Amino acid sequence: MNVIKNIFLTVLLSLFLISTSSADKIKIGTEGAYPPWNSKDASGKLIGFEVELAWTLCRYIGQQCEIVEQDWDGMIPALTSKKFDAIMAGMSITDERMKTINFSQGYADEVASLAVMKGSDLEGIDTPEAVNLNLGGSSVNKAMKTLTSALSGKTVCTQIGTIHQNFLESGDVGKINLKTYKTQDEVNLDLSNGRCDVALAAAVAFTDYAEKSGDAVVLVGPTFSGGAFGNGVGVGIRKDDTKLLKAFNKAIDKARKDGHISRIAIKWFGFDASM
Amino acid sequence: MISIFPSLLSGAVITLQLLVSSMFFGLIIGLIFAILRINKNPIINKFAYGYSYFFRGTPLLVQLYLIYYGLANIELLRNSFFWVIIKEPYWCAIIAFSLNTGAYTSEILRSAFQTIKKGYIEAAQSLGVTKKITFYRIQLPIAIKQSLPAYGNEIILMLKGTSLASVITIMDLMGEARKVNVLTFKPFEAFITAGIIYLFITFIIHNIIKYLEKKYGFQT
Repeated sequence: MNVIKNIFLTVLLSLFLISTSSADKIKIGTEGAYPPWNSKDASGKLIGFEVELAWTLCRYIGQQCEIVEQDWDGMIPALTSKKFDAIMAGMSITDERMKTINFSQGYADEVASLAVMKGSDLEGIDTPEAVNLNLGGSSVNKAMKTLTSALSGKTVCTQIGTIHQNFLESGDVGKINLKTYKTQDEVNLDLSNGRCDVALAAAVAFTDYAEKSGDAVVLVGPTFSGGAFGNGVGVGIRKDDTKLLKAFNKAIDKARKDGHISRIAIKWFGFDASM
Repeated sequence: MISIFPSLLSGAVITLQLLVSSMFFGLIIGLIFAILRINKNPIINKFAYGYSYFFRGTPLLVQLYLIYYGLANIELLRNSFFWVIIKEPYWCAIIAFSLNTGAYTSEILRSAFQTIKKGYIEAAQSLGVTKKITFYRIQLPIAIKQSLPAYGNEIILMLKGTSLASVITIMDLMGEARKVNVLTFKPFEAFITAGIIYLFITFIIHNIIKYLEKKYGFQT
């Protein structure tokens, strides 16, 4: 009986220790499924631009960190319910999200793009190279018109709860058959399979996939920024956590000035996506 | 909470469609395989056993992924006539759910067939009733009556199983709840409302089965 009691107490004590040992660490939530922003290597270790940047920022803040994994569609609720203290998951700064959480200044920005399989009739679509929705004007309007007629009735796939979904649902591209997925991996799979006529995500998400899988995924149409696509990617932080927000802003300033963000960005994206 | 109700109800309609179609196909599959299971030929009954063993022994989510992503990965299939069906997430879900519930239904019916008292069949035979008529008029009705309580459970389990359809982009009740969650960042409201609707559907199914049991089931 005594043995059982001892085992029971040990288990209880170790549970207690596990739950308290990380109390003064900053916990950072990431998805681990959106390369090259954040993903996992073959052994399951979290890697990517944001994972490396997170370690740098923590060093500058001078506090220990722990990076935890969280599904994309539960990211913001997990932050507000204090499962972790900051989000670094390729999350763009948008007004919609700002209603619930705060964002640090942006640390990187990356355009969105449509992608199709080689041979699609959308390949020859005639639009400018880049569309910044903040600018508006006749060229943007014309590009959107071309897109609307090209996408009409097409099955467009994207990850749920993203700026890309917001854009596709905004009505700017007319009537499409929208399909939403839990992860970008699944969007890529169904694009390859032919269930999706076209997909929308960060341009690098497609180029990264094309490179790794060898599938003939090609980018089409303009690159998108501004408007529904938000204002860069920042660290998501709870509204009442102003001290941590300041600390992150300061650390990002420093990492930008000493060239750390640029260097890490070039390493993972192949170009300087820092901002 | 009230504002999210209409979109969740539209999802509940899809959930019910999925449930009714897969229970319908599942019942047919289940009946066929239950009959194969009690067949004396070892090859036939081993095959039927293998089917039910696989579909009861693996998670429904695995089966769903296997059919939706797995089959779609086979080029030969993509270029064939089957692609029309496999391309649609809705049909993939119905195939997976029907095969799954079919496996459980075949087990429920098999055990019901095997518990039928030998005396009934012997009595029929001694009166010169053919094997075929014995099966349709005596064995099958008794087996169905005996299976009712267990089958009621299976319907409710399948109702909950349909919530997996949302992972292959179907906007069923769970899919709509997830959408509300990512739009409002209020998981509690989204999922408690979905939970209440699921509970309400369960309540209705439970009562229908109870009524049927009372009317047609065995009085002991």
